[in-house]
Amino acid sequence: MAVFGGRRQRGDNPALPPGQFLTGSFPVLSAGPTPSVSAADWEFTIRTETGKTHRWNWAQFMALPSEIISADIHCVTSWSKLNTAWRGVSLDTFFDDVETESDFVMAHSYGGYTTNLPLKEVLNGQAWIAHEYDGKSLDPEHGGPARLLIPHLYFWKSAKWVRGLVMQNKNAPGFWERNGYNLHGDPWREERYS
Amino acid sequence: MTRTTIGWLTGSLVHARPLTKSARSLTFEVPGWPGNAAGQHVDIRLTAPDGYQAVRSYSIASVGAGEDIELAVDRLPDGEVSPFLVDDLELGDQIELRGPLGGWFVWRPEQRAPIQLIAGGSGVVPFVAMLRAHAASGCSAPMQLLYSLRTPDDALFRDELVRNSARTRTTWHYSRAVPPGWSRAAGRLTTQDLRAETLPPEDLPLTYVCGPSGFVEAVASGLVELGHSADNIRIERFGGN
Repeated sequence: MAVFGGRRQRGDNPALPPGQFLTGSFPVLSAGPTPSVSAADWEFTIRTETGKTHRWNWAQFMALPSEIISADIHCVTSWSKLNTAWRGVSLDTFFDDVETESDFVMAHSYGGYTTNLPLKEVLNGQAWIAHEYDGKSLDPEHGGPARLLIPHLYFWKSAKWVRGLVMQNKNAPGFWERNGYNLHGDPWREERYS
Repeated sequence: MTRTTIGWLTGSLVHARPLTKSARSLTFEVPGWPGNAAGQHVDIRLTAPDGYQAVRSYSIASVGAGEDIELAVDRLPDGEVSPFLVDDLELGDQIELRGPLGGWFVWRPEQRAPIQLIAGGSGVVPFVAMLRAHAASGCSAPMQLLYSLRTPDDALFRDELVRNSARTRTTWHYSRAVPPGWSRAAGRLTTQDLRAETLPPEDLPLTYVCGPSGFVEAVASGLVELGHSADNIRIERFGGN
């Protein structure tokens, strides 16, 4: 019988959720071709249940207060990457003037990708629109010009090429959530699949 | 829709054969396996004697009902799990499996669109399942494969692909070394190659691309450049940048 040795890189690293392993590279996951979105054409919107739409173009986005975010990210395919460095704008800032009674959000991306989120999990310093990775403009393969960054959930929730949030009363599923993946996606509870 | 088992199942290795110097076909008998659609994958969990565990995802080469599933694993030079599966695992050994997983990068016999498959290296594995499903279903919609690999020695399932070529044609492309007498030099797959060797946008094909990240990125943008709608391109890739 063959005996598996393994690398034991996990050891007792408390930063690694169950079933995850560390990677030094930055794997890419996407379901279709990388959309080409220039900053000049980029727009981000939040639409509420009343139909009111809040809009930011790239210059307005850049004028918002940004912060450096250091985060551990966890992909549902089992890789984790610790202490990644991003720059972005907190969703709290975007939601400053938004009035809504909905409890859920559908994130929409250029290219048609969607993912659903509870509103309370993207507020209070838990989520950002990120436009830099490791001190450089975000590479299109990794979601540039701007992507969601929600490090406390599996990384498919951090929608690449994000273009807007639509408030929704029910937690309707997004793209991967309709294709076998968990509605919520907490890596610490291993909410991988539906 | 095939059901996913969320819990871990135990599988025994019942058949294994080398595919290339670095790749091995492994068939596991998995009591409780619910069957799978073509293109789905499975999580494999290995446990060391001290309880340490490692989990990786692999595409499934087999398709349909039944409790046997076939994987094709390529040994990564710095891998933790793949060298064990390729070099060490013996017949009768048990591992844990979870799946089938993924509902997007799949082909189902009821699909009507012409299908173009484009594989880079071991990215051919889910396509082997799709070609098998296509043959088993008697589906009349065309399906063809463009298989890009480094050298002729790197081909997985070559005999099967050649044998089925009357029904589902495989076109071979070599990036590092070509077979003797091959009509063209080795080189990366270009947009011109895609134009010459794949179903054109006018046929409204659904195109699936699977392989290393850089390969998939280049092929997908080439397809868009040729006029394919991004909505008709499905991709799956492995590795980082």
